[in-house]
Amino acid sequence: MKKKDRMHKGGIEKFIANFGWPRIIIAIFLLLLFVIAPFIGIDVGTSLSDMLVRVGMNGILVLAMVPMIQSGCGLNFGLPLGIIAGLVGAVTSMEYNWQGLFGFGMAVLFAIPLAVLLGVMYGYFINMAKGDEMMIGTYVGFSVVAFMSMMWLRLPYRNPLLVWGFSGTGLRTTISLTGFWMKVLDNFLAIRIGPRFFFPTGSFIFFALCCVLVWAFFKTKTGIAMSAVGSNPQFARAHGVSEDRMRIVSVVLSTVLGAVGMVVYEQSYGFIQLYMGPLYMAFPAVAAILLGGATINSATISNVVIGTFLFQGILTMTPSVINGMLQTDVAEVIRILVSNGMILYALTRKGKGTVK
Amino acid sequence: MTNEKPLLSMKGIQKDFLGNRVLEDINLDLAQGEILGLVGENGAGKTTLMNILFGMPVIQQTGGYKGTIALDGEEVRFSNPNAALMAGIGMVHQEFFLIPDFSATENIFLNREVTRYSLLVEIFGDRLRTLDKAAMNERVVQVIKELGVNINPDTLVSEMPVSYKQFTEIAREIDRAKIKILVVDEPTAVLTETEAEALLAVLKRLAAKGVGIIFISHRLHEILNICDRIVVLRDGKLIKDISSGQSDVKSIASWMVGHEIGDFAFHHTENHRKTENFLSIDHLKVLMPGEAVKDLCLQVHEGEILGIGGLAGQGKLGIANGIMGLFPAEGSVTLKGKSLKLNSPLDAFRAGMAFISEDRRGIGLLLTQSIGLNIAFPLMQVKGGLLKKIAGLFTWEDKKKIREITSSYIERLDIKCTGPDQSVMELSGGNQQKVCVAKVLALSPQILFASEPTRGIDIGAKHLVLSVLREINEKEGTTIIMTSSELGELRSICDRIAIVNEGKIAGILPAEAPVEDFGLLMLGE
Amino acid sequence: MKPKYSLKGALISNLVPIVFLMFAAFAVPMSGLSIPYLLHEMISRLARDSLLVLSLVIPVLAGMGLNFGMVLGAMAGQIGMVLVVDWGLGGMPALLVAALLGTPISIGLGYFCGYILNLAKGREMVTSYIIGFFMNGAYQFLLLYCMGSIIPITNPELLLSRGYGIRNSMDLPNIRQVLDRLVSVEVFGMDIPILTFAVIAVFCLLIVWFKTTKIGQDMRAVGRNRAVANGAGIPVEKTRILAIIISTLIACYGQIVSLQNLGTINTYNSHEQVGIFSIAALLVGGATAENASIANVFVGVFLFHLMFVVSPMAGKNLIGDAQLGEYFRVFVSYGIIAVSLLLHAWKKRHEMLERRLLENDGKE
Repeated sequence: MKKKDRMHKGGIEKFIANFGWPRIIIAIFLLLLFVIAPFIGIDVGTSLSDMLVRVGMNGILVLAMVPMIQSGCGLNFGLPLGIIAGLVGAVTSMEYNWQGLFGFGMAVLFAIPLAVLLGVMYGYFINMAKGDEMMIGTYVGFSVVAFMSMMWLRLPYRNPLLVWGFSGTGLRTTISLTGFWMKVLDNFLAIRIGPRFFFPTGSFIFFALCCVLVWAFFKTKTGIAMSAVGSNPQFARAHGVSEDRMRIVSVVLSTVLGAVGMVVYEQSYGFIQLYMGPLYMAFPAVAAILLGGATINSATISNVVIGTFLFQGILTMTPSVINGMLQTDVAEVIRILVSNGMILYALTRKGKGTVK
Repeated sequence: MTNEKPLLSMKGIQKDFLGNRVLEDINLDLAQGEILGLVGENGAGKTTLMNILFGMPVIQQTGGYKGTIALDGEEVRFSNPNAALMAGIGMVHQEFFLIPDFSATENIFLNREVTRYSLLVEIFGDRLRTLDKAAMNERVVQVIKELGVNINPDTLVSEMPVSYKQFTEIAREIDRAKIKILVVDEPTAVLTETEAEALLAVLKRLAAKGVGIIFISHRLHEILNICDRIVVLRDGKLIKDISSGQSDVKSIASWMVGHEIGDFAFHHTENHRKTENFLSIDHLKVLMPGEAVKDLCLQVHEGEILGIGGLAGQGKLGIANGIMGLFPAEGSVTLKGKSLKLNSPLDAFRAGMAFISEDRRGIGLLLTQSIGLNIAFPLMQVKGGLLKKIAGLFTWEDKKKIREITSSYIERLDIKCTGPDQSVMELSGGNQQKVCVAKVLALSPQILFASEPTRGIDIGAKHLVLSVLREINEKEGTTIIMTSSELGELRSICDRIAIVNEGKIAGILPAEAPVEDFGLLMLGE
Repeated sequence: MKPKYSLKGALISNLVPIVFLMFAAFAVPMSGLSIPYLLHEMISRLARDSLLVLSLVIPVLAGMGLNFGMVLGAMAGQIGMVLVVDWGLGGMPALLVAALLGTPISIGLGYFCGYILNLAKGREMVTSYIIGFFMNGAYQFLLLYCMGSIIPITNPELLLSRGYGIRNSMDLPNIRQVLDRLVSVEVFGMDIPILTFAVIAVFCLLIVWFKTTKIGQDMRAVGRNRAVANGAGIPVEKTRILAIIISTLIACYGQIVSLQNLGTINTYNSHEQVGIFSIAALLVGGATAENASIANVFVGVFLFHLMFVVSPMAGKNLIGDAQLGEYFRVFVSYGIIAVSLLLHAWKKRHEMLERRLLENDGKE
């Protein structure tokens, strides 16, 4: 009976059910911000460019959530491991003074093997702690960030642009990419309309490329097996798929994406922040994918794209609009409430995949 | 001991579950101090009857029941188990309802603790009363003495032998102020013989004190030993209500199993290739919780349909699950003289075996995925089928082929769906089972294990599944090992039927053998 | 039957504190800090932090793991302190009024937190962690935007120059160490804050007594096995909410005690680190997410803070870099939580497998 009722419901209700209330509210809110903006003297072109740049900057970090969610490891709070690999790749490439797209490429190349290594280690931890992956991920991530803080002080980087001037050792807290490969992707084939609008074509192409690769991966034999492990581990095991191995592969994949995503982030941001900088970087990425409609046990590429746009849109628009209207800077507070509220909502919601 | 007015009287009990009548016009009396043996096959309705007595929520959620229950002549209708407990009906569960890290006393008094007044009660309410450990221990010692066993009240349940856990449960029930009726559900299944004897003695002692006991067991000699009266249920009907003196093991067994034959005619395979040692299972041990296999030997002939029957919990399901690598197994399995690597599902598949799991939703299907993916998955993962290479680098799913093969199975098995892309979750149970069948057919196995292939599906789907199994056996020569708790079904399709009891083969009979013989094997008599 | 006591068993179950003790034995001489100085520091830190760590014991009892949501209590305590300072109160009355103000806020926040955790059974730790972050947003909103605009703040010195919102940090000259100094004894030149320890002792006794009450027993039952407790008629969800409320309340009082000892409030930071440090301290003391005793609290606070004080100096003397020691102690606080969660999760799975095998054996 109930099922029939549901079928007869109108298209709008079905759309809402599929899209999810939080997403709709946020989307309407974002739209509202764009509508209000011109009336309080905010340039829509600039805001739109800001948003697009940030989408290109953060997209791959959000994409790094997908493999682990799909294999049933939950939200990747251990993203800092990938980020660390990305940081090491970046500073190593800069140590040699490599510049432009080549410098960027080398940073990615250095980052990937380290990400694989860290990912395998992290994967073993995750397998040890089935059921508690998210908490373990958070603290393994934090520990590695703190451990690397010690390492940044001691690692033998010598390039004077990278290390503290007075002692000659120890990497600086913030390193500028000016003169190395700052915005190489953003500016690649970039489109500029008028003085204010800027479209970071290169970053978007790269983001799209990564999305396509991940999408394609989930159509391969391994990718399908990975999704099966995530949606029903017993089914997968009964058909000869090794659950543990698939989970490790997914963690490695997520960590590598995190590393690549970090290098992309750096080139767009223009700075590298070491030491405790990466500590909380997993949270915005987690919030973004959830905002995009993912749950803790299922995520798609469209969740990534929609989520990144919405989340970065909110992040760009709220400071300017709310501050413009109220003359206060509640943006930070709104960011905290929205992102953590989204995560809470996902944690308390029973996942779609778990049918009992 | 019996007086005129029965302690408990159930009249005209009837219960429907989703349109199926699971209990029909059950009339049952229990006198004070009487021990009533309740027997029946799994699914005969024993559990449902007890759930009704206890007012379990599951009964109300599925539309309640018809009929009346009277306790001491007064009509009662319990809305929750607590109400039943308050009225003096206790239950000893088959699975222990105890907290392992708590002591015997703490478990016995769980949520009924003896407490003392403390000043803070005035502010924060009764839950701030302090526990009176001494008083509780004293009472436990007394109860345990009443049972005639020797348990230290401070022993943690986790450190007790199984029988002591059982006693702790009984002690908890009889400590309740006015226990009148005690229901004991298969209490001896987990006990050794001496432990079981001690338990039976305790039950007798309780009965002598005037407690009415309903004793559910599959061990017929125990039933005959301690019960005053025996009630046999079959398919939701009360078949026999007889005093234990007038019955014997053999007749109880035949009442339980019944005479009816399934809606299928006997099946005789002519194309038996009779290869001895086609599949031989030697000293198989499987650690499957609740369905453990212990040192089981079995020979399967090529091209036959072998049935595996037996009561629940005896290990019949463990055989297929063990060989297919789903639960840890030991022993040796040889297929055509080649030894099979155990504990590896992939090796089992590669050796040409396939499995329809009894746990359709849990193990058999990816509920959230499409019909197409479910059917394609084993073929893809096990044999590398339905994949194509792109640019010679990536092996990708071949969507076109998957659609083709899925459509062909949808047609062949008459799967009612909107198309290959519909998610399995949205299908009915019968159609889900057809997807499971399609999944193994796609593998074209040499040996097919089918565990409870018709459980919980409608009659049409049942027919279809069974005829498909028969078809592949006849046309493709697939050897089928079918496990089922419905004897009638096994007899209708199988050539031989092996009965499993206590993790071992109790005997193998041709399908035409008389039902009583099967019944006796099932009961291990 | 297993022997009740074995040296090996005792060593293994106390592995974490032993490792930390060994670390201290190595690092204390390296740091070059004097024993009296360290003792003095430890006593002061025990007085400051024990109550906060104590707040974690009850949720562990109720099977809800380490309550990262204790920061909610710390926030409540801070709100009380801010208001007290604004009203110009000082001395003991200030502390009492702050506690009085914090009480209803803590109960409300604790109820909220417990309610959410009931929706996320089996994921309590990560959920309570996120609740902490989420409520931090609400806290910032309240203090940065509401105070001085909607909620009247009379003392302009507390406000940011823009006219509303509480300043980033404030001194508590009239409250600084009032509890510590009210009754204190000098032993070997060290001030021992008797009254503070007395307050802590009272809470310890309350917890011990609580375990002997009906509700304490119910909580243990809920913590050990939710299904059995529910079957026996114990109101599981209510009991769990109560555990969180108690934890939040103790954390609130703990934060007030801690702030009076420090004598200053970092309005937007003080509470943030409290959760991490308290949990790390409890774990260093040998507790797990399933078992925590009062002894774990004190051993933990002592060892954790010893490491905290000693490692920068030890790092400096050993490698010539104090910064390294600074990061080392951060690494250890996070690492210890990661490792104990890992061990805890691994043990839980191991026990589950073992139980499955035992069940099989039992039927043989």
